[in-house]
Amino acid sequence: MNLAIKDIRHNLGRFVLTTFGISLLLMLVIGMGGIYRGLVEEATLLLDRIGADLWVVQKDTRGPFAEISRIPRSVEDRVLAVPGVESASSFISHTIQREYRGRPLRLTIQGLSWPADRGQWLPIFSGRTIGQAHYEMVADKSSDLNVGDRIPLGKNIYTVVGLTYKMSSTSGDSMAFLTLTDAQDVQFDLSNEAIRNEREARVNRLQSLDLGNVQPQLSDIVGGKSSGIPALGTSMVSAVIVHVKPGCNPSSVAAKIASWPDVSVYTHAGQSELLLRGMVDKARRQLGLFRVLLIMVSAVIMALILYTLTLDKLHDIAMLKLMGARNSVILALIMQQALLLGILGFFIANLIGNWLFPLFPRRVVIVQGDLMQLAVIVIAISILASLLGIVKALRVDPSEVLS
Amino acid sequence: MKDMSQMIVEASGVTKVYGSGNTEVVAVSDVSLNVARGEIVALLGPSGAGKSTLLTILGLIRPPDAGRIVIGQTLVFDGHLRVNARTFRREHLGFVFQKANLIPFLTAAENVQLAMEINDASPREARLRTLELLEYLGIMDRADHLPAKLSGGQQQRVAVARALANRPSLILADEPTAALDSVRGRQVMELFRNVAHEQNTGVIVVTHDHRALDVFDHAMEMEDGKLRISQLK
Repeated sequence: MNLAIKDIRHNLGRFVLTTFGISLLLMLVIGMGGIYRGLVEEATLLLDRIGADLWVVQKDTRGPFAEISRIPRSVEDRVLAVPGVESASSFISHTIQREYRGRPLRLTIQGLSWPADRGQWLPIFSGRTIGQAHYEMVADKSSDLNVGDRIPLGKNIYTVVGLTYKMSSTSGDSMAFLTLTDAQDVQFDLSNEAIRNEREARVNRLQSLDLGNVQPQLSDIVGGKSSGIPALGTSMVSAVIVHVKPGCNPSSVAAKIASWPDVSVYTHAGQSELLLRGMVDKARRQLGLFRVLLIMVSAVIMALILYTLTLDKLHDIAMLKLMGARNSVILALIMQQALLLGILGFFIANLIGNWLFPLFPRRVVIVQGDLMQLAVIVIAISILASLLGIVKALRVDPSEVLS
Repeated sequence: MKDMSQMIVEASGVTKVYGSGNTEVVAVSDVSLNVARGEIVALLGPSGAGKSTLLTILGLIRPPDAGRIVIGQTLVFDGHLRVNARTFRREHLGFVFQKANLIPFLTAAENVQLAMEINDASPREARLRTLELLEYLGIMDRADHLPAKLSGGQQQRVAVARALANRPSLILADEPTAALDSVRGRQVMELFRNVAHEQNTGVIVVTHDHRALDVFDHAMEMEDGKLRISQLK
């Protein structure tokens, strides 16, 4: 006869409510682990999707994800000339926040090196990839944009032609993909008045120089588009991503590029480590500590609940002892209830989590390994939590039946 | 003179003292008694006379401070406890108290069955014996009811069935009819007599109820921790 089950059936309502309470606590523990995994996955998502062998960034920076990096787009051509390089493309990434349909729209813009890169590697959920050089956008569905939406950015309007899924930046913002030139237009957009002021300032600066007096026709050039002035150089990008030829060692190609004095270069693994160590590490430790605290709180609450349940049964336990029941009978009664409470709580936590976590604004990634680890911890804390009740029960004097 | 080989309880010089110094209370003082198999004995006396304490001593619930106790040919105490009290209670003793003390989350049948399963009986054997006992005690129709759904008298019958479950050689009952009306109280006392006589079990009943004294084979009265009167019917 299983006394634990009989007792639970007799006090089913209380047991169900208690288990539900424990499951909510355990769900928070699972959620904390999932949020951390989500951070890691979001941090390395784009890196893994692009799958570049090397990242060439501004000298002595950890960019483009860890900090701002600016390199001339011409670096792309220099990189292509390095032996062992199969392809190189410019990469641009920046975050914008605009008002759209009365709500803030926050997007991390990624520039695709059109026409070589049309975004065919993107996980398209609905619609298509970018099909023309300008004014098309692929957005992540977490942005709440729909195919066909027309988004004004800068002086242009971009049409959403496709939706991706699970493409978020390291800060959890939805990603949007434009061609590289469109992404630059959005990034360096200035108002017409600002452009006119800048052109006027350039002309004034020129006229104050001897050069302006000697060559007055130069004022026509400096008063025009910035891109038309050779001295201002080429446009800037965040990084250049490099794929090496099959069979070629990325480290040896990286060593050649790293010898240039104006850039730094990272392998895929190096960039990934920079992201995780630099950006996610503090969040990981914070969430880890919070998780440990939650487990401790769960253990204390479980111990108190089991102790209270045991106190309610002290008279029955005294009677069992008086009848000659072995300690193992009493121990099993308490420990089986503790384990049932923990295990059922864990499964319910899982069920609630599976339903609730997808509604969270940031990704919550539940990994089987983490669940297994937590299951072992739950069993351990169930056993530990029951010890307080067991000690109390084993100290009960059978003569208490007479009181 | 009783035949000592038929004795189920042989106690001599049993003493129990609570507290010490100014607060010392002699609950049981140098008590000697013998109870034979198949005999039902009443233990009478006013409150505080030491009846319940003597019962807990004989039931190996509380050890005495001095004396010698033999139960069913086994020396259980002679200044030291000579047996494992819990095991001995499980195998040889049955208890009934003023309150039935049934486990509230078990049905009447399960309460009886549990006593046997604790004593390593197989579930099938325990179930058969349970049904037999409930039938014998006239509460077969209440077998699957929880204690809360039983009357006081029915609960007490279940408690008696539980006490009988392991075929004990001695049943100790502490005011088992105190919570019952006179009719049901007498029914329970007659039940104990039948159990004693039919199953050759020794039964000691602590009671205040003098109306049912005719049920007993032997009555003893305690006062201030001493056995004052010991009379055979």
